[in-house]
Amino acid sequence: MTATPALVPAMAPVTRSAASMAEDVVLDVEDLSVSFVSPQGIVPAAREVSFEVRRGETLAMVGESGSGKSVTSLAILRLTPPAPQCRIEGRVRLRAGDRRVHDLLALPEARMRELRGSAAAMVFQEPMTSLNPVHKIGDQIAEAVRFHSALSKRGALDRAAELLDLVGIPDVRRRMSSYPHQLSGGMRQRVMIAIALSCEPVLLIADEPTTALDVTIQAQILELLHDLQQRTQMALLFITHNLGVVAEIADRVIVMYAGRVVEEAAVLPLFKRPLMPYTQGLLRSVPRLDLAGRRCDELAAIPGNVPDPLALPPGCSFAPRCAHRVPELCDARVPLLEGAGAEHFVRCARWASLAEGAPP
Amino acid sequence: MGSFLARRVGQAGVLLLIVSIIGFSILHLAPGGPLSQFAATGDMTQEDLDRVARQMGLDRPLPVQYAEWLWRLLQGDWGVSYRDKQPVLRVIGSHLGATLELMLSSTLLAMMIGCWIGVLGAIRRYSVFDTLATVGAMIALSIPTFWFGLVVIYVFSVGLGWLPAGNRYTIGDGSWSDRLHHLIGPCIVLALVSTAVWSRYMRSSMLDVINHDYIRTARSKGIPERRILFQHAVRNALLPMITIAGLHLPTLLSGALVTETVFTWPGMGRLFLDSIGYRDYPTVMGILMFTAMLVLLGSLLADLLYGVADPRIRTA
Repeated sequence: MTATPALVPAMAPVTRSAASMAEDVVLDVEDLSVSFVSPQGIVPAAREVSFEVRRGETLAMVGESGSGKSVTSLAILRLTPPAPQCRIEGRVRLRAGDRRVHDLLALPEARMRELRGSAAAMVFQEPMTSLNPVHKIGDQIAEAVRFHSALSKRGALDRAAELLDLVGIPDVRRRMSSYPHQLSGGMRQRVMIAIALSCEPVLLIADEPTTALDVTIQAQILELLHDLQQRTQMALLFITHNLGVVAEIADRVIVMYAGRVVEEAAVLPLFKRPLMPYTQGLLRSVPRLDLAGRRCDELAAIPGNVPDPLALPPGCSFAPRCAHRVPELCDARVPLLEGAGAEHFVRCARWASLAEGAPP
Repeated sequence: MGSFLARRVGQAGVLLLIVSIIGFSILHLAPGGPLSQFAATGDMTQEDLDRVARQMGLDRPLPVQYAEWLWRLLQGDWGVSYRDKQPVLRVIGSHLGATLELMLSSTLLAMMIGCWIGVLGAIRRYSVFDTLATVGAMIALSIPTFWFGLVVIYVFSVGLGWLPAGNRYTIGDGSWSDRLHHLIGPCIVLALVSTAVWSRYMRSSMLDVINHDYIRTARSKGIPERRILFQHAVRNALLPMITIAGLHLPTLLSGALVTETVFTWPGMGRLFLDSIGYRDYPTVMGILMFTAMLVLLGSLLADLLYGVADPRIRTA
């Protein structure tokens, strides 16, 4: 994206520089498609997803359940089910700590395993079930350290204690020999973060890390992630459906719908001037505190449901739910992701006319 | 913990009482009796038989006999065998070793093979191996133990001459290798059903575990697949097996009864059948109570062991 000019004329397809990765780009995802083979047919879960995450940057990936955001993140680390069941296409490149660029999807599994948990790590949504119930916290962190460093068992445990301290867990010595069930959800998520950070990754993928937590704990975890990012300058790919969280943590945002990126922009422009009708709908459906008690009108929910991935509309996937749909335009073909200003991209056949205030 | 133990022991006491009442009633209501042996020879008159019955206390009402038996048992007196005039506990003791040897070895065999089949079947689900294992387990579960025992004897002892057809050791030999040689046949026969049971439970337990979030976490840490399997998956999948082991003990005991009879193995199972044939009331009741205690102890041990193996139970 750094290679694209600031202003791209409307209707021109966006091409990304396929050859080289800019120095500060840590993760470059190009045309990543993930599909699952099911008895009903091939289910596309993510389609031609492209984006970059730079050093020290937080990219938020937003979308409803089933929009393909989790699958995309799992596919980056090749944690999706194995080959015949799940197909991954496209290119994912990661610039590891030593500046070497790895083509993740082409790596043999053994090499991929070396990068997983060391150069790129992941934090999951469910802290309650993401830790092994029969192993001690300290051992679970030390295990990750041991496989990616030359540290002894003792050294790995010391490092684990250090990490627990880093993620703000009190009484570290005692917690090292605790079992997951003895910790609260927020504490467990801190442990998960400690595991993820154990080898100082250049990329951290956080898949809805705060969704399962109380609001106050959510804020603490977000703050922790932000702090750690400031310190380590790691790139953060943050997956969420919570726009409040996005506003809090993201530098840039990509909006996913039915497996495709439908809008991409820096966080402020996106919130101020969303171009894709779906993004507009998402933003309108957020409850607003400043309107509390007025009950003027109902929350603006987007009508309809996410399309069945086995029976996607021929054109724009969002068209069936869109108030601005013009059948001959929207249903004819899948709109391209077009540049619409400085680092702002939108996948909508009508975005230009809608932005000018054309009648729906 | 203390109250848990006390409650379990109390429950066990009530269960044992019920078992003893049912066992005693069925045993005494069965036609024939200890005296039918004497009657069959034809040398004794009815008067003689009545006198013997009176001497043995068998002429009294059943509840009285039961109460007396129970009272003595509570004082630690398990009675004296009618057949060899030995104290029942000593008779059981002299047959216990053989049974334990057979049960432990076959359990060990069944656990090792069954768990492996289960783990491999789960990680290669629906593969040729998994399908064969599933069909094999179904066949193993439906084969009657006595028939399989006879087949093993027919093929390996009579046909091929590889294994002895019965007994625990050759009289006059009794070396380790000789004992082991004798153990192979009954051990395999007794292990067959257990192996099938273990493989099925282990497979489903493993399938349950490998879909858990913490397995994905382990993968995301970049640790080798083998370690994920054994350190993270199998360790968790084995937990429910402890309960299965406790529940499986009665099946194992009844299997031992049949296997010991087929292989003329001098264990408690065969002693039990012989004693029933002889209407040796004290010995039959003794074995009944002893195995009932063994089963209850087994399930109690399983529960305690579960607490040790699963940290979530340990602190609860």
